[in-house]
Order: sequence, then C-alpha cells, then structure tokens
Amino acid sequence: MSSRDYIMGRIRWSLGRGSLERDDDSQLEERLAHPKSNLIPARGQGDAKAQRSLFVKMAKEVNATVSRLKAFDNVPRAVAKYLKEQDLDDKVRVAPHPHLKDLDWSKLDVSFGFTLGDDETSVVMAYGAAAETGSLALLSGPESPTSLNFLPDNHIVVLNAADLVGDYETIYARMRRDSNQSDFMPRAMNWVSGPSRTADIEQTLLLGAHGPRKLHILLVEEDG
Amino acid sequence: MELNAHNFKENAAKALEDKDLQESLAKLGTGFPLKRLAAAARLPEFEALRDQARDIKDHSLRHLDFYLEKFESRVVESGGCVHWARDINDGREIVYDICKSVGAKTVTKGKSMIGEEMAINEYLEEKGLIPIETDLGEYIIQLRHEPPSHIIAPAIHLRKSHVEEAFRETHTDLPVDRNLDAPEDLLKEARAMLRKRFIDADVGITGANFMVAETGSTVIVTNEGNGDLTQTLPRVHIVLCSIEKVVPTLEDCTTLLRVLARSATGQEQSVYTTFSTGGRHEDDPDGPDQFHVVILDNGRSRMLGHETHDMLRCIRCSACINHCPVYQSVGGHAYGSIYPGPMGSVLTPALYGLDQSCDLPNASTMCGKCEEVCPVRIPLPKMLRSWRQKQWEDGPVPLMQRFGMSAWAFWAVRPKGYHFFAKIKMRIMGLLGRKNGHFKSLPLTKAWTKSRDFPAPEGKTFQQLWSEKGGRRS
Amino acid sequence: MSGKEKNVGLFVTCLVDLFRPSVAFAAVKLMSEAGCSICVPERQTCCGQPAFNSGDMDDSRAMAKMVIEEFEHFDYVVAPSGSCAAMIVKHYAELFEDDPDWQKRAIDLSHKTYELLTFLSDILGVKKVDAVLNSKVTYHDSCSGLRELGIKSQPRNLLHAVEGVEIVEGEKAERCCGFGGTFCLKYSDISTRITDDKCDDIVKTGADLVLGGDLGCLMNIAGRMTRRGETVEVRHIAEVLAGMTDDLAPISQGGK
Repeated sequence: MSSRDYIMGRIRWSLGRGSLERDDDSQLEERLAHPKSNLIPARGQGDAKAQRSLFVKMAKEVNATVSRLKAFDNVPRAVAKYLKEQDLDDKVRVAPHPHLKDLDWSKLDVSFGFTLGDDETSVVMAYGAAAETGSLALLSGPESPTSLNFLPDNHIVVLNAADLVGDYETIYARMRRDSNQSDFMPRAMNWVSGPSRTADIEQTLLLGAHGPRKLHILLVEEDG
Repeated sequence: MELNAHNFKENAAKALEDKDLQESLAKLGTGFPLKRLAAAARLPEFEALRDQARDIKDHSLRHLDFYLEKFESRVVESGGCVHWARDINDGREIVYDICKSVGAKTVTKGKSMIGEEMAINEYLEEKGLIPIETDLGEYIIQLRHEPPSHIIAPAIHLRKSHVEEAFRETHTDLPVDRNLDAPEDLLKEARAMLRKRFIDADVGITGANFMVAETGSTVIVTNEGNGDLTQTLPRVHIVLCSIEKVVPTLEDCTTLLRVLARSATGQEQSVYTTFSTGGRHEDDPDGPDQFHVVILDNGRSRMLGHETHDMLRCIRCSACINHCPVYQSVGGHAYGSIYPGPMGSVLTPALYGLDQSCDLPNASTMCGKCEEVCPVRIPLPKMLRSWRQKQWEDGPVPLMQRFGMSAWAFWAVRPKGYHFFAKIKMRIMGLLGRKNGHFKSLPLTKAWTKSRDFPAPEGKTFQQLWSEKGGRRS
Repeated sequence: MSGKEKNVGLFVTCLVDLFRPSVAFAAVKLMSEAGCSICVPERQTCCGQPAFNSGDMDDSRAMAKMVIEEFEHFDYVVAPSGSCAAMIVKHYAELFEDDPDWQKRAIDLSHKTYELLTFLSDILGVKKVDAVLNSKVTYHDSCSGLRELGIKSQPRNLLHAVEGVEIVEGEKAERCCGFGGTFCLKYSDISTRITDDKCDDIVKTGADLVLGGDLGCLMNIAGRMTRRGETVEVRHIAEVLAGMTDDLAPISQGGK
C-alpha cells in the first residue's frame, strides 16, 4: 500500500467513515469554488482617505518609512531623495515593471531585472496593499522578481494608492478577477509588513536580520 | 531529536538552578504575554476571530481527506510534487532522495518544527550533505548542537555570551580580535555568514504554517526573511508539513493569520507572510525550478476522532507556552521534547507514546491560562487530564500516589468515618500548631514542608462545630 | 425557615472543614444576613477534584454522586471556593458522558451551584457589608474561579464595601500561585518557584494583607510567606467581609 493510501485510509477510519458522501462533497467543492470571506475587522473598512492614513500609520509602526507622491513621474526623484537622505549609493536595481520602466531614471544609475545579491537597493512595484496592518502585496512574475524583495539592504516599494484596499480579502478577490482562472496564484506571493527583523538574541529587537534593513514605501496618489 | 521526556524531573531541577536560563525566562514571561495582550486589546474582533479560527480548523479536520486530496491535485496542477510520509523515516528518505536526485551538496533550511520532528539535519549530515539552519535562533542552536527550547524562539534560553562563544568557535576565518559585544555585532556577523550560504545552496527546505487546498499553496510566516531567501534562491524548494495544516481557502487562511502573530509575538502581522504555489513559471526571472511538498502523518491520523483530536487545531503560535507558569519556570529543554509547554505536553505523548513521557501531562498546575490564550481554543487542561486518565487506567502511576488517592477517595465517600478521624486529627494538629500557626515539618509532608510551612488548623472541624451549635442539617 | 428565605446548601469543602472552619462560618453569616437559610448536610467531604485531576474517574464519579444526592434538593448550593464550585459546575457533567440519568442530575445541580462571592454579589445582590478593616489589601485571583467561573469583579466590589480597606492590584494577580492540587507535592521545586513569583508580586504591591477565595491557594501562599519570613498576612476574603479578622489569626500565623 502506498503511504498516501495508508494515510488517507487512517484518516477515514479515524473519522469513522469511508469516502465522503456525494452531497457533502459537493458542498465542499462549492466552498472551494466560491470562497467566502469570514469576519473582516472593521478597522480597514473606511473610505479611501481613511484607508490611506491607516496604511501609513500601520506601516510606520512596523518601522517602514513612507513618502506620499502626487504622480508616478515623481518616483525617480523621490528615490533619489531617499538615497541621498540615507547616504546611499545612487546605483539601483529596478523591477522590470511597465510602470517603472517608463519613468525617467536619468538622474540615477539604474538597471532592470532580478538580483544575485550584489545590489544594495531595489525598487519594486506592489500589486496592492492592505491598510489593516500596513502590509504590501508583492506578486512574483516576469515584472517583479522575488529576489528584489529579499536580497538588497534597502527595499523601496512603489504603491499606487488606487491599489490600496482595506483588507487582504479584497486583494485575493482582485487576483481571482484579474486572472479569471483557477491558477491565479503566482509562484510566490509575499505580504510584507516592515523591514526584516529578529529578536533571537536575548529578545532584543534588531532590524535587518536576513532581508532588507530598510523598507521605504512610495505611495502614489495621482487622484490628489 | 531523541526524546528525553522521561528525565523531566531531573531536567527541571537543573533548569531551576540555571541562572542564565532563569534570566531569559523572566524576560519571556513579561515580553510576549504583554505584547499579545496589547494586540488583542487593539482589535475589537479578536475574540470573534478566535471562534472562527477554531471553527475553520474543526471543519478542515472533519473533512481532512477531502482537503488533502484537493491540495495535492492543486499542487500537481501548478507544477509541484506531493510526497506522503507515514512516519519520520519515510519523511527523511523522501527528502534525501530529492536532494540526491539533483546532486545537492548544501541545503539551507528555514525554521520547521516538522524538520525538527524528523531530525532532518542529523539525517542529511549522516548522508554527507551540509544542512544549514538560516533562522538566526536555529542557526545558533545548530552551532551549539542542541535542540530548540521554544517553538518560535528556539534560542530563547541563551544569553548573548553563549552566542558569541558559538560564533567564535565556528567562524574561525574571521579575525580573533573582532568585537562581538553588542547583539548588533552578532547579527551582522550571522547575516554575512549566512548570505553566502543562501546563494550557494542547492536545495532550500522550509516548513509550512498552512496549506491552502483551494490554490495548492503552502504558507510560511517569518520576521527575518530567511525563509524567503531559503526558498527563492536554490534550484529546489522542499516544504515539510503535516496533515493537519491544510485549510480550505485563502480567506480561511487569512482568518487564521489574523490570530497567529497576535497570539504569538503580539505583532499585528509577521513581517513576511509568503504563499508558495508550484515552482518557477516559464517567464519567471527567479525562483526554484522544483517545488516539493512532503506531508507527514507520524501518528496524527490516529489522533483524529480521539481524545486528543482538538490538539490538531494547533497553529503553533506558542501562546500557551509563553503564558505557562511551568514553562516560565523551567524552560523548554526540561520537557525533553521539541514541543514544550502545554501544547507539547499534550502532543508529545500522542506522537511518542505516553510511557515515554509520563511526567509531561502531570507537570501542569491546570491553571487554565493556556486555554485562555489559545487562538483556536484548544481545551488544553482537558487534554492533559485525558492523558492522566489513561495513565491512571493503564497503570503507570507511582504506587504511593495511587495509594494516597485511593485512600482519600475511600474515606471521602464514607463521611461518618471521615468526620470521625478528621475530628481527632485536626484537634491534635490544632493544639500543636496553635502557637506558631504553622508547622516547619510534619510526618509524610516533606514535599510541602521542604519549602513551605504547613498552616495549622484552627482545631475543631466545621462539621464538629456546626453540630455543637445545633446548625441546620436538613 | 420562612417562605421567602432561599434554601441554601453549604458545600463546606474539605480544606475549610478541616483547616479553617471560620471561613464557613463567615459564609453562613454573610448569606444569612442576606436572607438565606443555610443547611449543612453532614454527608459531605470532598468534591472529587483531586481524583478528577489525577485521572481517577471512577473515584471522582463516586464522590460526585454523593454530592449530587445530598445537594440536589436545595434552591442553591454554595461553596466558599472557586475550584470546588467549578468542579461541580463545569466538570460533573463530563463525568457522566455515558450515563444520561446521572448526567441530567449533574447538569441540574450545576445550574444552581455557586461560588460564595459570586452568589453574594450576583445572586443576592449584596452591596453592603458590616465590616471595618484598616488595611492595604491585594487580591489573588485563583485560577479555577477566574477562568472557569469568571470571578473577577465580585470580590473586589464586595471589598470596596468594607470600611477602611484600600485595594492595590498585583501585576500578576491572575497568575497561578503554584499550588495546583497534587502538583505542589509531585513537582515541589517547580511549584515553589511559581509560588515565589506570586509572593514577590504580592510583596511588591506593598499590601499588608493578601486575600483570595480558595483555601488551597491561600495555604500555599501563606506557607511560603511565613517560611520566607514575610510579614504579609494571608486570609480568605470571607473572613474580612464577615468582620472576623480581630479574633482569628491570619493563615499560617499564630498569635490570636
């Protein structure tokens, strides 16, 4: 008997039944085919303005820094300003996302693509964000290499305010809608709430354990 | 790791004398619990979310076969492989075979309790591979060749000086006169050492907090980002998980995530929550080529539908451990199992056998704090009691205890005799103890009087006095 | 007994019966003053909790049956202990999973069984007590009472009614004292460590007196306090509410 059959057999025996009855089965299929939200905290359910200020507050609480921009065109300037403030090199690795590629990066030493670990600073585009905990949703794909989220010391994430929502569930609903297929999940979906940290040495909180030491969010509010 | 639970008493005695450990535990006792309290207070829906979290796990367990099959087919559809392991030997072999098939030499590892259960590092080392723990705490205890003392803070028992010592012994290429006084220095060194390891590794092994049946995703939560580097950079990603971790949908998983970090560290959310679904897509610039999920049973399917069924709801947040007065007194190593504290005292006998761990279910004051803070409302005291019942029924209870309890029970249901003897005994004790109000020692009470005075009775029993007063009897 | 009086069966509890009968007299006084008629069946000893927590279900059942038989005809059953009351309220029914008749009787009994302070506060609506105590006191929340029966505000509200009492809260008022029934004997060293934490927390409050509602915990705390040479006094809260402190020495202390 294969281990699989053995385990399944034991589970059914312990639950005191054979394979599931058909009725039951279809209810479960339905639950998977049309997922329902459970209780969603009211905290993130305000209007767009409230969601933005909640997002900024929660992200700052977990040691991210946030700049609010009026237009996408301002992103390169905001990146340059941040690098200068932090006394960082102007060499930046940028995700090959259409929104980012089309910008005027002439003031910085920019290259596009994934990283092998020799880049100090990365700029990536968020798929969205959930205000309730100040968390960014980053999806892997040709336009957003996962390595950029973890290897560089400084992680700069561009977030379109229109993609900022109250809760995680709204992001999942959008992913399902965008893809319209059952395989809507990217290889990696990273929810990021603040820069990397550890408290493994004497329960002392230290930032920058293995991932980025700094997380800077550029919140672009083109609607004013 | 090898189970060392039968030495609980000796281990605990040593732990109580260990000053470094006691200092760490004192910090733990106020750290995590206060943060959890603040996080819970901040979220008005927290209690309702706990109810839903419990219900989601209950539903998943009731239909475990269905959701596991769905999960498996989704993983396969997304290009991954699912492997089933009956026990830890099965699991180890599966992992080794995957490593061998790609000619792996070095393996990086994110934190995984299933990995600890399988003792996968020791096994891979025996087979000539070099497994490297990447979670800072796990890395430290790997260098010190010791088991974790806590399920989410494995090196919580150590002081800074222990870490420095381990680093100086291992990182011998670095200058001897380097300064490692501050925790920051230690972190910087570990980060630099492990950075190379992440990039060179052939295989990355992580655990999974959840498996999502709807999408075939495995989910990890970390704060360091080590889990993500472990699974993003090597060619092969192996996920170690166990059958009870499956939940139906992303929404269900989200509800559980809302209570997980808050219960564990008091964070609103862990820094990184990562859903992994299959291997690298054709046009992905990075990520592993292969995605394997090893699903371990190791006795869990036997727990289903039985006394410890509810324990399978556990999401390994460690709230019960952090709040347990016994854990806070003796730390994790005393339990002699990778799963310490209340959750461990229920789980260890189920996984390894009650005869191997008979102290664990008894080493609890039954104060109920564990159940109070459990995000999925596992009735831990009740489960501990069910193990005690098994011990009582099957025999492994010390003779003196059994005799003592039976004698008490014998007289307790014979009130006339009970009251007669009580009257005499309390009269004598009352007279002898009147002056001091207590006894420094008494026959047969050494376990008490070793560290406590024994309060003297007033003299006459209440029943006696009530009769003397002619109080109402019916 | 007049028609309006509540017919209350007092479950004395074994520790109060043997070691501190004054607590039961305090309970009788407080409840009588609030319009209850108190009856104390002679056929009572132990609620069965030690056996239950040791996994000895047969003996627990035998003790539970005795309690049910003796007490089920009262309007109310009251115990001056959170853990004994919780045993009856929360666990008796569990003992009779395979015996519907006894289970029904256990459930019926659970509906009318109360811990003393809850009974005074929530059922009898006691707001005033005839007691004076010029003292700074802190309250230890015993685990079973707190977590199984939700006893938290009742003792404090009643204490506020005592003239002269100042209440100070310990940071760890809700933390276990380390007693745990047979735990303190089986794992004496661990228990002592936990009790020391509790004593430290109490001492830190600067209180002269620590009160609680469970004699097991109080004997444990008091025994450790006197062994450590601390001057903090330990008493059951009923003694204070009934104004008995002048004539009764604190637990584990001599002199009165």
